[in-house]
Amino acid sequence: MNSALKIIVAREYLERVKRKSFIISTILMPLFMVAMMAAPTLIMLLSGPEECKIGVIDDSGKIAQTLQGCDEISFTPLLNQTFEQAKESDEFDAFLVIGRDVVANPNTSITFYTQGSPSIQTEQFVASQIESTIENIRINNSGVENLREIMKNVKVDVEMQTYRLDQEEETATSSMLSYALGFLATFVLYMFIMLYGNMVMNSIIEEKNNRVLELVVTSVNPSWLMMGKIIGVGLVALTQMLVWAAIILVCSGWLMPALTSMASGGDASMMAAIGQLSDVGFMGQYMLFLILFLIGGYFFYASIYAAIGSAVDNLQDASQLQTVAVLPIILAFVISMTVVNDPNSSLAMWTSFIPFTSPMVMMARMPFGIDTWQTILSIVILYVGFIGMVWVAAKIYRVGIFMYGKKPTYKDLMRWVRYK
Amino acid sequence: MDNILTVEHVSKAFTNHQALDDVSLQVPRGKVYGLLGPNGAGKTTLIRIINHITAPDSGRVVFEGHQLTAADVAHIGYLPEERGLYKKMKVGEQAIFFARLKGLSRQQAIERLHQWFDRLEISSWWDKKVEELSKGMAQKVQFIVTVLHQPSLLIFDEPFSGFDPINANLLKEEILRLRDQGATVIFSTHNMSSVEELCDHITLINKSHNILSGSVDELRHQFGDNTFELTYSGSADALTAALQPLTSSLVSLNSDSQTQCVRFAIANGAGTRDVLAAANAAVDIRSFVPQLPSMNDIFIRTVNASNQQSSTPPAL
Repeated sequence: MNSALKIIVAREYLERVKRKSFIISTILMPLFMVAMMAAPTLIMLLSGPEECKIGVIDDSGKIAQTLQGCDEISFTPLLNQTFEQAKESDEFDAFLVIGRDVVANPNTSITFYTQGSPSIQTEQFVASQIESTIENIRINNSGVENLREIMKNVKVDVEMQTYRLDQEEETATSSMLSYALGFLATFVLYMFIMLYGNMVMNSIIEEKNNRVLELVVTSVNPSWLMMGKIIGVGLVALTQMLVWAAIILVCSGWLMPALTSMASGGDASMMAAIGQLSDVGFMGQYMLFLILFLIGGYFFYASIYAAIGSAVDNLQDASQLQTVAVLPIILAFVISMTVVNDPNSSLAMWTSFIPFTSPMVMMARMPFGIDTWQTILSIVILYVGFIGMVWVAAKIYRVGIFMYGKKPTYKDLMRWVRYK
Repeated sequence: MDNILTVEHVSKAFTNHQALDDVSLQVPRGKVYGLLGPNGAGKTTLIRIINHITAPDSGRVVFEGHQLTAADVAHIGYLPEERGLYKKMKVGEQAIFFARLKGLSRQQAIERLHQWFDRLEISSWWDKKVEELSKGMAQKVQFIVTVLHQPSLLIFDEPFSGFDPINANLLKEEILRLRDQGATVIFSTHNMSSVEELCDHITLINKSHNILSGSVDELRHQFGDNTFELTYSGSADALTAALQPLTSSLVSLNSDSQTQCVRFAIANGAGTRDVLAAANAAVDIRSFVPQLPSMNDIFIRTVNASNQQSSTPPAL
């Protein structure tokens, strides 16, 4: 019988992996993600302010002479000209018109005319130039001595050093980072379960509609067929994740440092956080648990999806029954987001032991430092739950695949479990 | 008699109806056994039980002298009525997949498949995707998949639906050839003429009960009502006068210039010899042939009788 399972798994796996759509999505998805991550930096790098000659008509007489151009942008004060006159010449790309009482009412007395739409960088550059000029004028007008120094002293920028008391070595940690790590893991779980759970369900519905199931179950026990499909799709998922992880690691290892150093020169706290990520011991343990929860959570939900897929004839009918799977997944995701407020609240605690929500909530809680026994207990409950769920699903599946036409209710499904 | 399969008092109930109620039957080895019955009678449920796909609520199935187990499925080949193939897979690859599920090695599977593909003249389909095949073509592949592991018991559920007459005939010959090689065939169909051609024994299931079992020949004689056709030359009036006391429902049939023909049922108390003697005295007998009812007649008569019986409230 085990050899039949192997044959089923091999078919499920190879049929998917060989498909063009699989190969394309497996390669393109991470490239797309890396592109998304790198896009802001790249855009900034590539699209600096473009060449722009600006004619300035300054009715107040206070601003024009203080404006400093840069490599691309130059300011030319136009004396004794109105905007209407200046507009006639095509010497300038843009005009800055400054009203008489600009110092008092800067928001209503500055107008910027351009040919075509200006780049954000250009607008920001011009605005910041005017801002600092007006600021200077206002400070001088205030009559308070040393106002500039006073203002500098008043300004605060807080950076905290956070330490964890529950670890022998006091490693610096930031709760922002814990949150980010938890979020990332939860998100991976969410995607994984939803995406591949659905894949299991869809392929069962397709086989059922196609009536190929009838032929397959003549030679293999339906429960083995279901397990074979779940394992096969699971292996596909694993393959895809590994390829993605490899591509992202390679790309980010090579691309991200180059980009971050070029772009910002690095933010101190960000750097510290990244340093934390390279704490190999913690990350290794975290990854191990992530994999265990991924496997347990996938099997748990994939068997629910398999049972639903076996019971219905088409996707429309499936969508209603699906709530039994989708609702707890979304609930778990939402609870995981709130965990940051209080990782040890009773809600977080309980939901991290219930198999429906435990993978995600536990992964969100873990970076905040919880006892290992809790994690292990949660995993044990999850795996017991998944064995139970596979058993129930196999019972439903066995009956469901021969039911056509009538849309089943939850009650029907429960009744099928009791059939001999 | 040597039975390859015995079904003993099998019952199976689903939520809203009783699919099988105390059904028993014996399938003799090396014969073609017809499993007949109207739609929804419970045939498919019975076949699924024999295939170990579902379990009976009560009763048991004995295969080759022991209670049926999951491992016995390797000796059974079942072609379900509703059947499909994986559309995106290539024909050859798919056939190998099914063969391996039945326990053949890849090498064995390839060898036997090539023999069968040559036999049915479909070798050129090996690398085609199933979605490129017509329904009838796909069914040939399904047939091969069903018989490839050389099972001792073959179960065909409506095997001819979707085939043109030429291919249906080809399939019929293959089924008979497999029987001659020693396989036992259970054959479920609504097509009664193919039952007469193929089946040695039948069981008729109606409303979850086994209402009729037996060998086809015996049943046809049993349902024959002692009806005969007699062709003769001579005086029709003389014959009628001679037969009147011995027969009932005597009718004259078409006649040509040379011979005439009558059909009648022999009355109770009279024998074939009496009738022949009386006729012989009156006319020149050319032929005397017992008239057997078709399986179609038997099917309709039995099912209707059983329906009337079950719909009439029992007398107090």
